[in-house]
Amino acid sequence: MANVVTPISRLLVSNRGEIARRIFRTAHDMGISTVAIYADGDADAPFVKEADTAIALKGRTTAETYLNVDKVMDACRRSGADAVHPGYGFLSENSAFAQTVLDTGIKWIGPSPEVIGLMGDKLSAKRLMREAGVPTLPAIEIVDGINIRQAATDIGYPVLVKASAGGGGRGMRVVEDAAKLLDAVDSAKREAGSSFGDDTVFLEKWLDSSRHIEIQILGDNLGNLMHCFERECSIQRRHQKVIEEAPSPALGEDMRLSMGEAAITVARRLGYSSAGTVEFLLSGDEFWFLEVNARLQVEHPVTEEIIGKDLVREQIRVAEGEALSFCQDDIVINGHAIEARLYAEDPDKDFLPSPGPVLMWEPSVASAARFDSGVETGSTISVDFDPLIAKVIVHAPTRREAVSRLARVLETTCIHGLTTNRDFLVATLRTPEFLSGDITTDFIDRVNPPRTRLPQRSECIEAAIAAVIEGQALRRARAKVLSTLPSGWRNSTMPPERIDFKIGNEELHVEYRRQSDNKFRIFTDNDELFVSVHLCGYGRVDIDIDGRRMDFSVNQHGMIWLVHTNLGDMELVEQPRYPVWGLEALGGGLVAPMPGTVLATSVMPGDTVSKGELLLLLEAMKMEHRITALRDGEVSDVHVAVGDQVENGQLLVTMIEEKEEA
Amino acid sequence: MPVLESTIDARAKEFRQNTSDMLEMLGELQELNNQVARGGGEEALARLASRGKMPIRERIGYVLDRDSPFLEISPLAAWRSAYDVGSGFVVGIGVIEGVECVILGHDPSVRAGAFNPFNAKKLMRGLEIARENRLPYVQFVESAGGDLRGGGGGGDPEAAIRRELGHFAESGRLFYEITELSKMRIPTISVVFGTSTAGGAYQPGMSDYNIFIKNQSKVFLGGPPLVKMATGEDADEESLGGADMHTQISGLGDYLAQDEHDGIRMCREVVAHLNWRKLGPEPNTVFEEPTQNPEDLLGLVSKDLRTPFDMREVIMRIVDASYFEEFKPLYGPTLVCGWASVHGYPVGILGNNGTLFSESSEKAAQFIQLCNQIDVPLVFLHNITGYIVGTDFEQGGITKNGSKMINAVSNSTVPHISIITAASYGAGNYGMSGRAFGTRFTYIWPFAKIAVMGPKQMAGVMSIVGRKAAERRGIEFDEEADTTRAAQAEHWAEERSKGLFATSRVSDDGMIDPRDTRVVIAMSLSACFNNKVEGTKEFGTWRM
Repeated sequence: MANVVTPISRLLVSNRGEIARRIFRTAHDMGISTVAIYADGDADAPFVKEADTAIALKGRTTAETYLNVDKVMDACRRSGADAVHPGYGFLSENSAFAQTVLDTGIKWIGPSPEVIGLMGDKLSAKRLMREAGVPTLPAIEIVDGINIRQAATDIGYPVLVKASAGGGGRGMRVVEDAAKLLDAVDSAKREAGSSFGDDTVFLEKWLDSSRHIEIQILGDNLGNLMHCFERECSIQRRHQKVIEEAPSPALGEDMRLSMGEAAITVARRLGYSSAGTVEFLLSGDEFWFLEVNARLQVEHPVTEEIIGKDLVREQIRVAEGEALSFCQDDIVINGHAIEARLYAEDPDKDFLPSPGPVLMWEPSVASAARFDSGVETGSTISVDFDPLIAKVIVHAPTRREAVSRLARVLETTCIHGLTTNRDFLVATLRTPEFLSGDITTDFIDRVNPPRTRLPQRSECIEAAIAAVIEGQALRRARAKVLSTLPSGWRNSTMPPERIDFKIGNEELHVEYRRQSDNKFRIFTDNDELFVSVHLCGYGRVDIDIDGRRMDFSVNQHGMIWLVHTNLGDMELVEQPRYPVWGLEALGGGLVAPMPGTVLATSVMPGDTVSKGELLLLLEAMKMEHRITALRDGEVSDVHVAVGDQVENGQLLVTMIEEKEEA
Repeated sequence: MPVLESTIDARAKEFRQNTSDMLEMLGELQELNNQVARGGGEEALARLASRGKMPIRERIGYVLDRDSPFLEISPLAAWRSAYDVGSGFVVGIGVIEGVECVILGHDPSVRAGAFNPFNAKKLMRGLEIARENRLPYVQFVESAGGDLRGGGGGGDPEAAIRRELGHFAESGRLFYEITELSKMRIPTISVVFGTSTAGGAYQPGMSDYNIFIKNQSKVFLGGPPLVKMATGEDADEESLGGADMHTQISGLGDYLAQDEHDGIRMCREVVAHLNWRKLGPEPNTVFEEPTQNPEDLLGLVSKDLRTPFDMREVIMRIVDASYFEEFKPLYGPTLVCGWASVHGYPVGILGNNGTLFSESSEKAAQFIQLCNQIDVPLVFLHNITGYIVGTDFEQGGITKNGSKMINAVSNSTVPHISIITAASYGAGNYGMSGRAFGTRFTYIWPFAKIAVMGPKQMAGVMSIVGRKAAERRGIEFDEEADTTRAAQAEHWAEERSKGLFATSRVSDDGMIDPRDTRVVIAMSLSACFNNKVEGTKEFGTWRM
């Protein structure tokens, strides 16, 4: 059979962040030049810098940029790209886009538009699989005129409302009983419509405590087809995976074989080429087909780690017309790989995204780990895109080692400026349930691992000491005069330096004094500590606190000190050195700034006013003067009336003194 | 590069003895400093705190830039006097908003901040430092005024009057000097923490900037008692001189602070806006620390000042990279002269390695002229018993040549810093730029002695003079009485020559830990460089 190979020379990745970087890496290894496209907010992102060429899409939102087919196609033309890799999300499963790419004479890295189209409609996919004899869960499409309540009853609660065109947990609602059904359907429809441009939703049987197992498949255009074993992605929040691993601790060889065969059956039936994933639910020894993801998955690295292959490389080869570089018999499961998705999100607020600036990002060097990340220090996790900071992947000989190592790597990774799910991930990995492999899709509700880490008082003190040591070094270095003299040098007995911090709600008072032997004597919490400094002033603090040598990464952002220890990250808020007196301090009364006449009074005793609100109008020196409230509060007295002449300093209005806070 | 090499043996018995003697003395000094810092004692401090007020050292600590150095001047003033050691007053050079300032103030916990001869001298010294080095002047005012009890209180009033040297007619110079600073465009800032009555009222009165503290500052020419005595008016303190009144009505106060911390914050803001620029060139901030360990300075000087040491051993422990380019090393070797730098400031160093001879005096005069030619400050390291005496030397012109050295020292206009490491006797003190010779800063090491001559020599001289007088008058010389008298004289001279006595009388700027010498010189130089650093072109007539 004639094998026509047309090499790719310039690859455009119609995606952003970590996946764009990850694809560029393989492309560069294969000698292919790369093109990035980017939204306004991504102009300084690492993936843009790492591409050989970058094209601005000029726009802020996803709809204006990465989802805008016209702009992406224009970028393809302008850059001269001869191939497009869509990554995951965005246009990766948009068959019309894939078709447009191919119609323009550009290679599409992924399955054919037909397959994408077929699998993009989850309902038709399920139908197809049922016909092929692959088990599926009962499902009913919500079409006009259908009795939704009856449909749900037929399936049996709980039911899952799911967007047909969906993915990534969007447009998904679990409904426990009839009362919330209609609302759930409506909101799922709305979300599906706005996320995917298709508001078709369907009901599916929901299994409360099942496992999410998926099979990686690979195929080429020469008829080769294989699976690369399974991944288990049962740890989910908001229907999105956060921890994924391979192999699954739940699968025996027999089950692995059956699921692999089922996946191959699915793929063969579709005539699948490139990389894809067949997702199943597993409960006991029963499994059901869920859907096919006709793209590279977020969690593909765990598979790469256990089989020692580069899936993107295979995808590119397939698109070039090459055969897969290995076959089913070539691969075996080697050890255990596990991935955690580090998100800028607040586990305490139902894992809602918490975008913000990445003040510090330093992947751990505690142990070998793969960081697929789209950020660097100085990046911003924007409200416009997915708040993924990085995927952290470790590969170890056994599951137990992989899990402990990942927890350690996450714990020792320095990430500042954002609220993240890191502490939650670490806690999850360390639960006995997770360690024993007892993981199901309802794991988080069931096991309820701590959402955040509460540092010990001693840890807070150590962090404060690190901040103090770094702070004094920075202040010495920046001093305009006498900068080369020893820190806080004294020739007589003077009080120590003092700094107050807040860590969360905890207050910390640190007093310190450099001694003539260059050790720092620290007083805090009625404790005296001696600190010798090995290094400070460069963002790294290496100190010995009473004989314990410790290493910190310390960064100052205004009054905020970001301290990273090998137990995690801490944020210390330095308190102002001097009390901040607002204008309020001038007392509960407001006086005339100069002699004049009262033009109008706008308040009466008992009125509640907010800061800045007009209290009365004064005419003086032919000008109007607005007397406004200096703070929120209640007016206790108005001492003047319209037309009154007032003297300089005369009391006009008094406000009730605020109660002292206990 | 001429880097000095040490020849001392740190393991030698004498060296270890010296070190332990010095550490013992430093321990005593530390205890004295701690005593000073305790101010008027626990009770007085607690009373202060209960009124929301801070002791002076807290106030100063809060106004300084965090972690910046603070050089206190004469912290041990009034030691062994009728007054509290430290004199209830702090003066020093500190950094506020990146600007070196003279900062001073009474300690309200010590006799309510009353004036005494020692703290008055410290205050005047503060003004002098501000004037000579062009440093903004910050005073924390809170003083009960002159101590009306006289002579430190208590005791026999007649005795107190006999003890009294000063007179009111000589007072008030401080107000003259505060406003003189202003004329010289050296900013003056007062933060009034408490009462400032009568003459004291002119401390803020003469200042460029006044910060008053609500419910705390009280400034009036006459307090309620005096008003009552003078006019019969029953005045209340707030309307007579409160912070609210002065900032809203009289205009004596420029800023109204809510409390002490707030006032200190305002003081920093005022300094921040001064647009202060030092007139001297910037130091080179790239330099190496001395290659020789400054810790060795502890063991260099013996308590018995007759034991000599090589001043180069000091130099190599205080100058950058221990680099010292020696001038005329072969000529007049009892005076070591040469160039180096300290924390990046260029200096010419003169150090004694024995008695001053004609050659060494002439070498000094030439060296001082050279440093003036190139605007390089001078550091004098004293260990001098004096100029050589004797017929041969007088005939060789020692007085004439010594005068050349003293002429050069007197008329030199580059900043001089003196460190009295051991002895500083007689005219040797003058020639080495003693306190009276326009020296910008003078510091002494713990074992230092400063006097007209050594106590033993002085007792001996008195004995010889007495014996001669007896001979002349033909009366019998009372040997026994002479022995007693000589012993008393020696004891008196010994006590008065002690460094701690000098420092307590504010005859220097403070006794320092030898290991701090490098820092103290650097800080002093940096202060000097706020002003122009310019050598003279005129020395007057040289005696040839």
